[in-house]
Amino acid sequence: MAAKTLIIDGKQVSAQDDATILDAATDAGIKIPTLCHLGGVYDVGACRLCLVEVAGAKKLFSACTTRVAEGMEVHTDTERLRKYRRMTLELLFAERNHVCSVCVSNGKCELQTLAWQNGMEHVGYDYSFPRWGVDATHHLFGLDHNRCVLCQRCVRVCWHIEGAGTKNVAGRGARSAIIDDLKQPWGDSETCTSCGKCVLACPTGALFNKGSTVGEMSRDLNKLEYIVNARLKKQWIALE
Amino acid sequence: MAKRIVIDPVTRIEGHAKISIFLDDAGQVSDAEFHVVEFRGFEKFCEGRPFSEMPAITARICGICPVSHLLASAKAGDAIMAVAIPPAADKLRRLMNLGQIVQSHALSFFHLSAPDFILGWDAPPATRNVFGLIAADPALARSGIRLRQFGQEIIEALGGKKIHPAWAVPGGVRSGLDEEGRARIRQRLPEAFATAEAALGIFLKALESHREEALIFGNFQSLFMGLVAPDGGWEHHGGRLRFTDSTGSVIADQIEPARYLEFLGESVQEASYLKTPYFKALGLPGGMYRVGPLARLNVCEHIGTPRADAELKAFKQMGRGAVTSSFLYHYARLIEIIAGLEAIERALEDPDLGSGDLRADAGVNSLHGVGASEAPRGTLFHDYTVDRSGLLKSVNLIVATGHNNLAMNRTVAQIARHYVQGDNIPEPVLNRIEHGIRCYDPCLSCSTHAAGQMPLRIRLVGPRGNVLREVVRG
Repeated sequence: MAAKTLIIDGKQVSAQDDATILDAATDAGIKIPTLCHLGGVYDVGACRLCLVEVAGAKKLFSACTTRVAEGMEVHTDTERLRKYRRMTLELLFAERNHVCSVCVSNGKCELQTLAWQNGMEHVGYDYSFPRWGVDATHHLFGLDHNRCVLCQRCVRVCWHIEGAGTKNVAGRGARSAIIDDLKQPWGDSETCTSCGKCVLACPTGALFNKGSTVGEMSRDLNKLEYIVNARLKKQWIALE
Repeated sequence: MAKRIVIDPVTRIEGHAKISIFLDDAGQVSDAEFHVVEFRGFEKFCEGRPFSEMPAITARICGICPVSHLLASAKAGDAIMAVAIPPAADKLRRLMNLGQIVQSHALSFFHLSAPDFILGWDAPPATRNVFGLIAADPALARSGIRLRQFGQEIIEALGGKKIHPAWAVPGGVRSGLDEEGRARIRQRLPEAFATAEAALGIFLKALESHREEALIFGNFQSLFMGLVAPDGGWEHHGGRLRFTDSTGSVIADQIEPARYLEFLGESVQEASYLKTPYFKALGLPGGMYRVGPLARLNVCEHIGTPRADAELKAFKQMGRGAVTSSFLYHYARLIEIIAGLEAIERALEDPDLGSGDLRADAGVNSLHGVGASEAPRGTLFHDYTVDRSGLLKSVNLIVATGHNNLAMNRTVAQIARHYVQGDNIPEPVLNRIEHGIRCYDPCLSCSTHAAGQMPLRIRLVGPRGNVLREVVRG
């Protein structure tokens, strides 16, 4: 496979020609913030946190879905990008009801971590306080739509790692929601295998083990990548 | 012409409130009302949440007594799971509640109330507070602040943080107490005892020069309610409900807290966000009852630890049957600090505290659960109804300050009648009226499930509802 060379943040980087900018940056030790990206499943470029600037192009590109090109010059950390990332995070917080202090993922939440890492000190938009509910009909797991950021990581692991195809997205825009099967209570789903991969994949407190109390949800994302590597590469090596 | 005096806001209590004093045509006090002017709506917005989240959510009702809500809520969760929690979990919860009682009572005495009877009713309001106390008697103020810190450190040793620990959960607790934590608590006990004994001495000395206050600050007949042990002993977390009257006679005993609705009614006043519970069998106003330290010492027969029992004996001699003056809430609070310290000392020797068996696991086995615990200010009920999947359908919280609502109104009226003549009310008189409220150490943030600091307003109202004078402070 041919290699491409490019410049990321002034650093000469070499990457495989099918690599994404995110892959190339990660290999080179350059950290780009991500939320909907999840190792082991394909990327959808939904959250817009990994946006980068490419020299010569006016538009911004999502690093997780843009392939590297020879001679490409990428900037991952400019004032413009920092501003947009903070805006994106603020909009995510304003869209639903994220109350960190009483959340099962408090202290272990990717959204919360991104907010402080990216200098989000307050939310400049009016909170929309939508009325979303909790689906606690499954005997092991719960889904709190209030805390969902629609990253679709649960949908992708359900379809492409477990192969059950239980989780889906229904609706449009801000009214979009994660559903089970044909929008029925999770506990009534005939396809769900109760494997728990969706819960492992969730970056916030939206999917949780039932009975969890504040800050008790911890997830080991390496388990998902371990399963994928075992299946595709026949490697049974636990990831640190 | 009849008039109305309004004290708004009331200071050195937790929450927002005001007091209205009504004058008749002759300038005499005809009535007084205590209004709670804040609202938060926890009972409503918790609907739809999983019951397992409730201890941490309801702990956020208050920064002073989050532990009380945490424990009552966890108990309601235990009832929904229909489990008997591991014995070690119960002992650890009790230990945290004792830490809570010590820290909250220390706050009430040293920070909020003592400035009145140590610095004097007539001391300037700007210095009649804990800072004035620090200036006047730094050693005493320091020891009081450290006593509160001691209680907070017990909470931290168990729950990982002093305020809003999410430690008690339906089914038990999340962690035990290691030997290091025990040693830390044990080491500070002698100082805590010394401070509590000193505070008792100060109060009993102050009582000699405050005989009038003891007779006027909420001295009337009422019922008393509190949890008691099966043998009638002092309780703060387990046990069952007992009601006594002001002669000391037990009128209802060993009532399972889950049956509270059979005995308590709740009425709504137009002028306050605080609901008014009453003892159903006697209706209103005869069903007025008091809760909290005064009530707990009135309903119990003994405490079970030597120093506190000796003090309880002296306390009981201050009444005929029951001690009826709300001014003696302060005394009861100090006795409970000593009882709490002795119980903590005893609990630390229990090897169970280091047990790894701390949490029972179960799903929803009952669609209804009630948790009751003695908060520092009195009996606290959390009453939840859930659906099959454990989401809340309804929430009812009855908080200590709510139980005392009728008594606080009566206290304000009693003090106002004694001191107020016409609409020219000097500041020290206003302060005495406020102190009537402070005796109960009310937490209005909790009782309306609302938050904030406590400024005070008093309004003087004429017979036609016209506000003649309004004093605002804070």
